[in-house]
Amino acid sequence: MGIRLEKNWEILNSTNIEALPGQLGVYQIADKDGQIISVGYAGAKEPFGIRSALEREILRHGNVATQFRYEFTSNYQSRWDELLMLHIYDYGELPEHQQNESSRVGRLHPS
Amino acid sequence: MNFDLTDEQQMIVDTTRKFVESEIVPAEEHLDPDAGSLEPHDFERLVTKTKEMGFYGLDIPAEYGGPGLDTTTRALMAIEMSQHRAGLYNPCYGVFGGAGLAQLYEATDAQKERWLYPTLRGEKKGCFALTEPSGGSDPARAIQTKGYKDGTEWVLNGSKLYISGADKADYALLFARTSDDPGRNGVTAFIVDTDSPGFFVRRVVHTLRATHYATELQFEDLRIPEDQILGEVNGGFAIANDRLSRQRIPYAAGCIGPAIKAQAMSIEWAKSRETFGSLLAEKQAIQWMLVDNEIDIRHARYCVLEAAQKADKGLRFRTEAAMAKLVATEAAGRVVDRCMQIHGGIGVTKDLPLERWYRELRIRRVGEGPSEVQKLIMARDIIGGSFK
Ligand SMILES: Cc1cc2nc3c(=O)[nH]c(=O)nc-3n(C[C@H](O)[C@H](O)[C@H](O)COP(=O)(O)OP(=O)(O)OC[C@H]3O[C@@H](n4cnc5c(N)ncnc54)[C@H](O)[C@@H]3O)c2cc1C
Repeated sequence: MGIRLEKNWEILNSTNIEALPGQLGVYQIADKDGQIISVGYAGAKEPFGIRSALEREILRHGNVATQFRYEFTSNYQSRWDELLMLHIYDYGELPEHQQNESSRVGRLHPS
Repeated sequence: MNFDLTDEQQMIVDTTRKFVESEIVPAEEHLDPDAGSLEPHDFERLVTKTKEMGFYGLDIPAEYGGPGLDTTTRALMAIEMSQHRAGLYNPCYGVFGGAGLAQLYEATDAQKERWLYPTLRGEKKGCFALTEPSGGSDPARAIQTKGYKDGTEWVLNGSKLYISGADKADYALLFARTSDDPGRNGVTAFIVDTDSPGFFVRRVVHTLRATHYATELQFEDLRIPEDQILGEVNGGFAIANDRLSRQRIPYAAGCIGPAIKAQAMSIEWAKSRETFGSLLAEKQAIQWMLVDNEIDIRHARYCVLEAAQKADKGLRFRTEAAMAKLVATEAAGRVVDRCMQIHGGIGVTKDLPLERWYRELRIRRVGEGPSEVQKLIMARDIIGGSFK
């Protein structure tokens, strides 16, 4: 089983977000070139799970955020940490607005 | 056995309870229900407080600058410190500091300088890497990670599974087979920096516990200088085993906190929730659940305190520690299960901490030796086995 989030990117817009169920999970947001600009989770404090979290990402990143992919999981905290560590492994650092997480997360070296 | 608390113990229990209620619970309220850490400013503020209280580094022996608490007082504190949502695996979110891996107190002076003292100062973290994919209940026979000597170095190849915190650790206490002996006399303990070439944290192992997760490790020609052996070559299993026995008492005590809290919540709920024209508290079915909870909680507490008192008196406590681990983990699981039932729908939501305790307590019946292994330990003692 691969540990990366390897689903296809979907267009980040209200129609696609509204079509999602309000479940908990993790997601990545990318710009038009496919560069990941956010790795996030939808936790139990979100009123409508992943839908609410993605709506907030649009507010935060505006037009820059154009694509998303996601995974539903009740283990959103440990899966989020895993995705952050994978991001550091793949790109050397976390997305700009998440760099304060660097000191909290650990180190992974996937095979 | 005398379970009365001394004045000093009562003062420590009261202070810890007040700290949890007035500092930890409010700081936790706005966090995600599965969170594993406080906001950094809260963490720093509360560490300052525990230092002022003289409680920082709870498990550090007095000769190393810690408060030097006895096992009984430490167990009483563990019962209090776990009475919040994250309390089972993150008691008070670590604001009382850590003591590092207990085995490092047996290390050489040079090893202490390099790993123990930085850990006590909060500069380094360690992890304990014993279990392998081949099994954790009987590690002496299951360990397949192999080490061979090459000049002044040992070379290790193999893997470990379910190792908590290895991704964040600076070093690991790692057990490998270093002789042809297929059992306990063929295992050596190594202290290894986790950034050593050949040491890989391959993945997070997702379990019922969302934070403080486990990981899978792999070693590929991991070279370790011989001065990084802890204790003797082929003498590592005794080091692992000692840790597991000692660890059982605080491990058991930590389960009692969530059970006490869940019971208090359920009593309050039963006294205010009405069905079929009367309060839940007036229904015998509910009263009996609350009574069964009380019996489970007290039974677990007595077992833990008995084991702790024997340890403090320097008596043999292996059977008592195994019994405490078995009774407390199983009893707390039953209590939280009943409390969820009493709460109905809200009991299974993330609005209350019950569902987190329910998930995390289930791990406690497996971790640090499954219930069946605790029975095996007790049976050997009772029947007078040879412990081979
Ligand atoms: C979340 C988590 C964190 C962990 N963290 C660590 C860690 O930091 N470091 C570390 O080294 N290990 C860690 N472990 C491993 C843990 O100690 C082992 O899972 C445990 O010892 C059981 O080993 P096993 O899973 O291989 O089960 P096995 O040894 O395969 O046993 C499976 C089951 O068989 C039964 N059984 C075993 N022996 C007997 C017997 N004699 N009689 C009857 N029934 C028996 C028990 O029910 C047991 O649960 C962790 C595990 C978990 C789940």
